[in-house]
Amino acid sequence: MGGVVVRGFGWRHAGRRAWAVRGVDLRVEAGERVLLLGPSGAGKSTLLAALAGLLPHDSGEQEGTVEVDGVDPRDDRERVGIVFQDPQTQLVMARSGDDVAFGLENRGVPADEIWPRVDEALRRVGFPYHRDRPTAALSGGEQQRLALAGALALRPGLLLLDEPTANLDPAGAALVRRAVVDALGRDTTLVLVEHRVAEALPLVDRVVVLEPGGGVRADGPPEAVFAAHGDALAAEGVWVPGRTVPPRRAAGPPGETLLTADRVALPPRLAATDLAVRAGEALAVLGPNGAGKSTLALLLGGLLRPGGGRVAATGALAGRDAGTPPHRWRAPALARRIGSVFQSPEHQFVTGTVFDELALGPRRTGQPEPAVRSTVDALLERLRLTALARANPYTLSGGQARRLSVATALATAPRLLVCDEPTFGQDRRTWLELVDLFAELRDAGHGVVTVTHDPDFVAALADRRVTLTREAVGAA
Amino acid sequence: MINLEPVAAPGAPLARRNPVAKVAAALVFSFVLLATLDPVAPAIALGVELAVLPLFGLRYGVLARRAAPLLLGAVGIVVTLVLFAADRSGRVLVEAGPVLVTSGVLATALGLALRMLAVALPGVIVFATTDPTDLADALIQNAKAPARFAIGALAAFRLVPLLGQEWQMISMARRARGVDAGRNPVAKLRLFVSTAFALLVGAIRRGARLAVAMDARGFDAGTPRTVARRQRFGAADAALIAGAAALAGGALAVSVALGTFRPLIG
Repeated sequence: MGGVVVRGFGWRHAGRRAWAVRGVDLRVEAGERVLLLGPSGAGKSTLLAALAGLLPHDSGEQEGTVEVDGVDPRDDRERVGIVFQDPQTQLVMARSGDDVAFGLENRGVPADEIWPRVDEALRRVGFPYHRDRPTAALSGGEQQRLALAGALALRPGLLLLDEPTANLDPAGAALVRRAVVDALGRDTTLVLVEHRVAEALPLVDRVVVLEPGGGVRADGPPEAVFAAHGDALAAEGVWVPGRTVPPRRAAGPPGETLLTADRVALPPRLAATDLAVRAGEALAVLGPNGAGKSTLALLLGGLLRPGGGRVAATGALAGRDAGTPPHRWRAPALARRIGSVFQSPEHQFVTGTVFDELALGPRRTGQPEPAVRSTVDALLERLRLTALARANPYTLSGGQARRLSVATALATAPRLLVCDEPTFGQDRRTWLELVDLFAELRDAGHGVVTVTHDPDFVAALADRRVTLTREAVGAA
Repeated sequence: MINLEPVAAPGAPLARRNPVAKVAAALVFSFVLLATLDPVAPAIALGVELAVLPLFGLRYGVLARRAAPLLLGAVGIVVTLVLFAADRSGRVLVEAGPVLVTSGVLATALGLALRMLAVALPGVIVFATTDPTDLADALIQNAKAPARFAIGALAAFRLVPLLGQEWQMISMARRARGVDAGRNPVAKLRLFVSTAFALLVGAIRRGARLAVAMDARGFDAGTPRTVARRQRFGAADAALIAGAAALAGGALAVSVALGTFRPLIG
């Protein structure tokens, strides 16, 4: 069950000039485990959507054919299950068990068979709670396990996973991978899209690499594919395993203190925390989910009012405003001093084009237009966005949107940069660019604070680490 | 924070009734009351509503918190009418400068406030004691509502509390970008509109992703659905609706017997 045959497949979304994917020939035997790779924009997600039967005829133009067990998956959705990236938007019901039952109801499974199958699916993914557990009370990793149970309860011959761990912290991602290993039957076919190749390899026995211009570049056992194409793939941004990154150590000792947090707290999100942020230093804030890392980033960024304690800027950062806490500064003054990069880039976009997006900060802080133009051009160049200057920020890919969100924070040349999970879900190329960029800023005397779960990023960049716990905070 | 969760003790005899029956009973009760403009019938109805509250497993304090906007509205009606109503008939109760309060004005104002409370409270009680999932199930199974509508609305409803967090996030992100309105009301309005637009864009994208995920699990694919959670509509549920109609009718009858009845039409 679950054999896939793709012949000359191509898909162009309605209203787009370029093909999202084209010229793909692929045959997957029942029970095979395939990792689908390719640089961003190669059409991996589109191919997966086609395999799931989720590209309606009227939503675009198709070439070639896609068959699962010999039929077009659009005509017989029963054979395929899919788990997406974002846990928030794939859970439908308020209670965990009801959510697993949702698919069974839709398929018309007789009522007396539903609950035994729900319980079986929850047990297979190692779901640790009763089925009445509210879905809103689950962590991201648990929600993705539940989504997996919802897909498996339908007993698909073909299971598709579209970056199911990209939005999760390392502990949550490990939970989901273990659930996939434990839950997958021998005869279930698996096709997986995943950036983090090293973590995905234990799940698969075959790697297929899509070529961005169309077609399949490489296909075979992981070792063979990476031996032949590893360097090229790494250069294109794929996280090829076994390639370490040399750390970027600070050129000199840290400089003056820019910002201090003195017993700053925001119950119940953050316990009292002490912290000093210095110029010329990259500080990493670590800790498990729920320890208040993002809250701390917002407090340091002058975006939230502390519930207790205080955040104080020094004269080096704020000049005569040093007596006023950052959350009371006017927005243009704040943007000149502290740049914040949010976890989800879309939250930050205000205008209709990439150019205006970058020009917004400098204009708000009163720079003359020629200076604005030269700042924007330099940033576009530096972050490989020049060709996209007229594009709408909402249409960018994940990596492009991340680069733009960092660039917008830099446009006002703040002395301090506060970033929340800047490397989440990024390909290797964007990741390396961010490391280089932050290292450069630090060595130019900026302070860089990064809230992160990414151990590689910390190893490559951080000069100092602060670890938050769920109770209190301890510096290491 | 937006709180939409049911708050009743789940075992209470009337809270356990079929959600469709509860909604129907509330509608019948409120609808009958709309027939009169006098203060007596709503006062009796309000008494009945408060008397049955324990049967719904709802504490008075909890209801007061849920109905706080209603109470505020009722106070607003009384104050506005007492100060501005054209009808100044009846005995003079208070005369202080331009403020003239007569018994006629007070009766009208109290009547209107009572009427609003009596008509709206049944709805508040029903939604405070009903799980949204159960309501969607019952609408599909007992009221033959299309699943496409009921489940779709339920899934969208689950995303509502996220909008509050999202609004806060977008506002903070704008401030970080150097965008704030200061004290300028025009700039404030523009910022509000642009934040709302960003919220809308985000909500549409999220809704689209949710729709694809539901589609992938065979929702609305034309296969006849089965139901995992059976909702029964029994004699007790029919009795609840009949009881609501009888009590509301009784309140009207008392009002007619006392001669205070003022029909809405005629």
